[in-house]
Amino acid sequence: MNTVTLTFALIFVLIPLLLSKYFKLGLEKDTIIATIRSIIQLFIVGYLLQFVFDSERYIYIALMIMIMIGAATQNARKKGKMIKGITWKLVTTFALIEFITQFILIGFKITPPTAQYMIPLSGMVIGNSMVLAILFLNRFTGEIKSQQDETELILSLGGTPKQAVQNQLIHSIRASTIPTIESQKTIGLVQLPGMMSGQIIAGADPLQAVFFQLLVLFLLLTTAVFTSILLGFLSYPTLFNERMQFLDEELKQLDD
Amino acid sequence: MKISLKDAAIYLDDISYEKNNHSILSNITGMIPKGKITTLVGPSGAGKTSLLKLCNGLTSPTSGKIYINNKRIESYHPPSLRRHVGLALQQATMIYGTVRKNLALPLTLQNKQLPDNQAEELLKLVGLDAKLLSRHVNDLSGGQRQKLSIARTLINQPDILLLDEITSSLDPISVKEIEELIDMINKKYRTTIVWITHDLEQARKMGDDVWVMMQGQLIESGPITLLDNPKTDTVKQFLKGRA
Repeated sequence: MNTVTLTFALIFVLIPLLLSKYFKLGLEKDTIIATIRSIIQLFIVGYLLQFVFDSERYIYIALMIMIMIGAATQNARKKGKMIKGITWKLVTTFALIEFITQFILIGFKITPPTAQYMIPLSGMVIGNSMVLAILFLNRFTGEIKSQQDETELILSLGGTPKQAVQNQLIHSIRASTIPTIESQKTIGLVQLPGMMSGQIIAGADPLQAVFFQLLVLFLLLTTAVFTSILLGFLSYPTLFNERMQFLDEELKQLDD
Repeated sequence: MKISLKDAAIYLDDISYEKNNHSILSNITGMIPKGKITTLVGPSGAGKTSLLKLCNGLTSPTSGKIYINNKRIESYHPPSLRRHVGLALQQATMIYGTVRKNLALPLTLQNKQLPDNQAEELLKLVGLDAKLLSRHVNDLSGGQRQKLSIARTLINQPDILLLDEITSSLDPISVKEIEELIDMINKKYRTTIVWITHDLEQARKMGDDVWVMMQGQLIESGPITLLDNPKTDTVKQFLKGRA
């Protein structure tokens, strides 16, 4: 694919623009902004990746990963306002899952320690971890608010903070990880995953593409379960003080 | 200090409590005598429920000191304090599951089990049929839920029992049964009872002592007969409005 063919590909932008204008959907401005942003952002990333790949310096790889963690944290933290220190809890979660997955991948020689492998796989791991974090925080906040009476009951009967929110934690961890597990059951039957499709289009052997896709799927399983559990166990203690009292003021502030 | 702390199950020393910058309780000093039933009366918003939650350690006062059986409340480990000072609320919150699961909850929290014979004995004590053990809590009536809630609190063998309007939404027969139950618990186990009620007749019938609270303050406290001879005009007005 070259610049000329990419220009032709803009027909796929023109079609929704014309349809939006004809049916008065009012999507023209957003479609144009989205198109321009995606072109600029992806080209910047493309050139950046090319630079990192060419230099093969670990400092640049680390820098790229840090930017990914920063962006993912910025995106997910809005959902966890009620949890004190959510920013650092998210950074810890993303950094730890990134470390563990790269440690296994490189340690067991599953993938080589080069930018070509480390950066795309890190992007998938951190991106997936971010989505999981948002799903988990959304659910956990809701569960804590709706089950406040149960939390108070367990505390009043002599339970610990962990016992008081155990059900809410388990429900939230399950609810946020189930979509990942469920989607893996039908993968390949309904649609080919993006990474595999990309590799096949780029000319890779389909079986080789399957190997890599399976690797990514297994990685995402670890990411999903680990993110929810770690974030859950880092978050719940901030809802209580040292006298094991439930800090419901944080919930009230959310309603304001 | 004239009040003898030795006879106090709970002693509050100049307690104030604020929440979200609103004053809920201000400068409350008073004692709940050991082994007696003290009723807490006053209009809605007087801070009665907040007071019970302070005594159970679910919240802490903004200023002032609380003594439970002569010891500062902070000297207790919170779970052990809450087992020691039981709390039953009007809504009788249940966890999803059977009567047995709910009854055993205080023991489950300590990784202990509730033997069948003890479960049956407890249900009998609060006037519930042992056959209910395997029933789902959603199938219970309001009165049955309240009795179960009391039985569940009793598993911890508290020596102080805090009751927050536990009969306010019940039919007259259930109210009478619960009054008899609380009276029996007080006499049989010498459990100190603090009972919030909106029903002044109930307060008179059940209480040895009474606290009258209004707008976060303790206006009068003493033997139950003070309801017949209040000293302050505000309490007289309150009792007139309720009579």
